[in-house]
Amino acid sequence: MPEIIWTIIEASIKALAVVGGIQLMAALNVYLERKISAFAQNRIGPNRVGPFGTLQPFADVFKLFLKEDIVPKNADKFFHSLAPVLSLSIAIAVWAVIPFSSYVDIGDRRIYMGIAPDINVGLLFILAMTSVGVYGITLAGWSSNNKYSLLGGLRSSAQMISYELSMGLSLIGIVLITGSLSLNDIVNHQLAWDGWRWNIFLQPVGFVIFLITAFAETNRAPFDLPEAEPELVGGFNTEYSGMKFGMFFLAEYANMTTSSVLIVLFYLGGWALPVPAETLGLKDGSIALAAAHFLVFFIKVLMLLFFFIWVRWSIPRFRYDQLMNLGWKILLPISLLNVLLTALGVLYLK
Amino acid sequence: MNNTKNTEAERLSFWEKIYIPEIAKGLGLTLKEMFKPKFTRQYPEERWEPEGSYRGRPVLVHEDSGERCVACGLCSRVCPALAIEVQAGETDKDKERFPAKFEINMLRCIYCGFCEEVCPEEAIVMSKDYELVFQSQQEAIMDKERLLVPVAQLQDRLEFLRQYR
Repeated sequence: MPEIIWTIIEASIKALAVVGGIQLMAALNVYLERKISAFAQNRIGPNRVGPFGTLQPFADVFKLFLKEDIVPKNADKFFHSLAPVLSLSIAIAVWAVIPFSSYVDIGDRRIYMGIAPDINVGLLFILAMTSVGVYGITLAGWSSNNKYSLLGGLRSSAQMISYELSMGLSLIGIVLITGSLSLNDIVNHQLAWDGWRWNIFLQPVGFVIFLITAFAETNRAPFDLPEAEPELVGGFNTEYSGMKFGMFFLAEYANMTTSSVLIVLFYLGGWALPVPAETLGLKDGSIALAAAHFLVFFIKVLMLLFFFIWVRWSIPRFRYDQLMNLGWKILLPISLLNVLLTALGVLYLK
Repeated sequence: MNNTKNTEAERLSFWEKIYIPEIAKGLGLTLKEMFKPKFTRQYPEERWEPEGSYRGRPVLVHEDSGERCVACGLCSRVCPALAIEVQAGETDKDKERFPAKFEINMLRCIYCGFCEEVCPEEAIVMSKDYELVFQSQQEAIMDKERLLVPVAQLQDRLEFLRQYR
């Protein structure tokens, strides 16, 4: 069989696994969110459905499926239906370029863990997709024909424009150090020094900026102004019900997972093992090594997810002017300075 | 508080303006709370037993010789929500009067306890029953059969009334 068919089969299998994996991660996020928020408030949280309430998110989604789907009379029906689809599909599309482990050698084929292996514009693709994600929310706000939804949607786009800049600039530091836009190269670059040349040590300022902007990009925690339930009823999803709301919900948690994964890939060493692979006796390209890499990666992602949720239940929402001040007057100058210093460092030290 | 600083920005110290130490402090607080004991009661399995002072569903006291109620109608008269309906009947026994019909509409009852307070015979008291669920309006109207409760089950409340009334 020609090579192209094998490639298509491989990519399809990986795509199916990744899409399924994202849904499961979203379910896991819902569960973690409910449990951690409960614990932070001295409650127990879901404990009725399944052992320790682990099946609660599935019950929630099942309930959403059975709910009535209401479209407001004066809403733009087509765009009202398109918005959640756009939101969710873009949240999933980002995963086309995200690797989540190293590679496995089967026969003479080298299989990378990721749908599009080692693509050389990975970082650009991610930046593009995370910005397009805001279209879903803005469209939802506009098509609902509701002032609260509209305000939520507008806030979302304003927030995205303000924070996208700092996010991109903080990533330029990494691109300068690595010299590549490929995510695999970025991770492999961090594998030096026995797997401890993490970008967080080389780019601490960039890490903090990326972390803050990641919160803003996912519309979470201190930056959840687009939904801001006390002031905007429900923000952009005020007029959504049933599974359309469920899709926004799913997209939010998928975005949260994506952000955690990106932080791990860019700054926290990706799948770098804490000790060299040789000391563990794992062969390069073996399934065991890939599994170990995935495990390390997954644990890091879980810890970041915990952090995301922890922050949400600790810190109050920013006021709108504070949000803009932080984005334009503080984060942007610092990230510009960071790029300058990194460029000088790369120029004279390398 | 005697505060001479006018704006929020003037009142904050440098480290408070930097904001990140304050965030860390807040995160530390919630993390500490996560490991504290929980207040949740696992309700259907773990039930709450009220004290004698609790005002639950009003019931009629039932002794070995029969109900205490003499159908004077004071409770019906005092009830602010008009939830009680009494019709008297007569017998040849020592206690001449008895309620031929005694109904409390639990959808109207506001659990104020006036009926209990006004009763000269200590015949109607507030019980500890707080699980009141009805599937129809008919079911919510309690007749005499369902209102009569043996005196043994109401000792806590009767003792409380004697002590504090």
